[in-house]
Amino acid sequence: MNTKVELAGIELKNPVMTASGTFGSGAEYSEMIDIGRLGAVVTKGVANVPWEGNPSPRVTEVYGGMLNAIGLQNPGVDVFIERDIPFLQQFDTKIIVNVCGHTVEEYIETVERLNDQPVDMYEINVSCPNVKQGALAFGQDPHVLEQTVKAVKAASKKPVIIKLSPNVTSIRDMAVAAEAGGADVISLINTLIGMKIDINRRKFVLANKTGGFSGPAVKPVAVRMVYEASHAVKIPVIGMGGIANAEDAIEFILAGATAVSVGTMNFSDPETTIKVIDGIEEYMKKYHVEDIKELVGAVS
Amino acid sequence: MRGCVSAPSECFLRRVNFGIMEFKINHKKAGRKTYMKRRAKSVITEHKELAPHIFSLKIKTEMAKEAVPGQFIGIYPKDGARILMRPISICDADADKSELRMVYRAAGKGTTEISGFMAGESLDILGMLGNGYDLDVVRDRRVILLGGGIGIPPMLYAAKKLKEQGTEAVAVLGYADSNTFLREDFEKYCSVQIASMDGSVGTKGTVIDAMNENGTAGDVIFACGPMPMLKAVKAYAADHGMQAFISLEERMACGVGACLGCVVKTKEVDHHTHVKNTRICVEGPVFNAEDVDI
Repeated sequence: MNTKVELAGIELKNPVMTASGTFGSGAEYSEMIDIGRLGAVVTKGVANVPWEGNPSPRVTEVYGGMLNAIGLQNPGVDVFIERDIPFLQQFDTKIIVNVCGHTVEEYIETVERLNDQPVDMYEINVSCPNVKQGALAFGQDPHVLEQTVKAVKAASKKPVIIKLSPNVTSIRDMAVAAEAGGADVISLINTLIGMKIDINRRKFVLANKTGGFSGPAVKPVAVRMVYEASHAVKIPVIGMGGIANAEDAIEFILAGATAVSVGTMNFSDPETTIKVIDGIEEYMKKYHVEDIKELVGAVS
Repeated sequence: MRGCVSAPSECFLRRVNFGIMEFKINHKKAGRKTYMKRRAKSVITEHKELAPHIFSLKIKTEMAKEAVPGQFIGIYPKDGARILMRPISICDADADKSELRMVYRAAGKGTTEISGFMAGESLDILGMLGNGYDLDVVRDRRVILLGGGIGIPPMLYAAKKLKEQGTEAVAVLGYADSNTFLREDFEKYCSVQIASMDGSVGTKGTVIDAMNENGTAGDVIFACGPMPMLKAVKAYAADHGMQAFISLEERMACGVGACLGCVVKTKEVDHHTHVKNTRICVEGPVFNAEDVDI
């Protein structure tokens, strides 16, 4: 039975990875799970300099999910290189660095700092809904997205994943624009923009007013978008959005995803990724699937 | 949870990782044993309402052997639409009986659901979380324990542990009204002063009013309660040249330091985040009041 998948020439032992922002750089969850079992770790977004993020409250639960407005707080690429990369190198897994920025120049600066580091791929966050300037702006206009991808690709010595926002009219157009710009892989979905109001205090629950909606409740939207995007491009797709178990992950793979990410549900059950990996193997045994690639897009 | 009883290579890897964690999470004071966090099953041994919406929950779990006053656990609702744990502080721990006690307020839908769980039911928990109060540094000092409302319960375990190590303590407890839950439990361990907002029992007003009225003396404050109280405690401590360790609360998602959902602003750049804020769930919830900007 083969669970290996390939993304832009990088081979993953299995298709299961963490979604950016839900797993730090792995240190916290290394107490609870064996990171060496993961196909890849996708790190929390890293910028050229430290970012303080948004005011609190930053998170709140909603029905079947949560809202977050962390604001991409991160310690900056220098600390990441010195502290987080050596930590992740201990494990037999691929390292995918999520890169964030306010401007194209900031993305490029971070990518260039990481180019000679022992990391496998970049995931460019052009879709964070919680940062006022930039970020999502790059991911909502196909032309701007294509130009941004071109610029980042020109600076990058590693394969580039472009993480798409679901907060667009046509996910197909965005997927096509990312591919046209030279993206090696696309990943989706980032969070949907949501809001929660405390009716007793008549105030917004989050200090940022809006936050990114994630968790099991968003899964049907995510599966639909992965299906549409994967049928619009030739490059591989990483699917995510509310994956809580192997059944969810297999849905994404059947919709067209080559690999999948577990996000919010890491918070709920730190062993979710491991359970997904084991559950995919059980599914393959049950249905006599020799190679997981047989399942990619195998829905009719 | 996978333990260190599996394959030797995995065990070795875990030991190495854990070493790094100990280095990185340096809030763990020297000499204090650190434990792996994990999600685990426990069994409810007792669950009762002490006062309107205030519940006392006892569970059987090995985590009781690790609990430090001021630490908390995450309790998971069973309704699958509620995906996040509820952070609830430890009110008491009995290592011999492997029993943890939490006293909490059923305030929202999640805690209201939890309040309906019965003795004998299983309960999924995440723990032990947070740093807790450092009892070593106060060994030879007189400690004032300040608890306001649902900030009272964590002070009980602190009072018990301080008595065990021979540290003198006084508890000043602030209630809304005459429902003075846990008062008798405190009286087993230390002298107790009471304040109530409606004046029905003890000093009318806050714990600060009670301290002023009683001339409460001490060298160091441990406090837990609502934010206005903690702000007042911080100011009181500064005015009186005292150290105050305060326990903060914030909305949390992961509880283990990964999501950066529960941060508080800090005076100095934090060693982990490299910006002027710090994670309440890992570096806290107990902070030296001087170090945080509240």
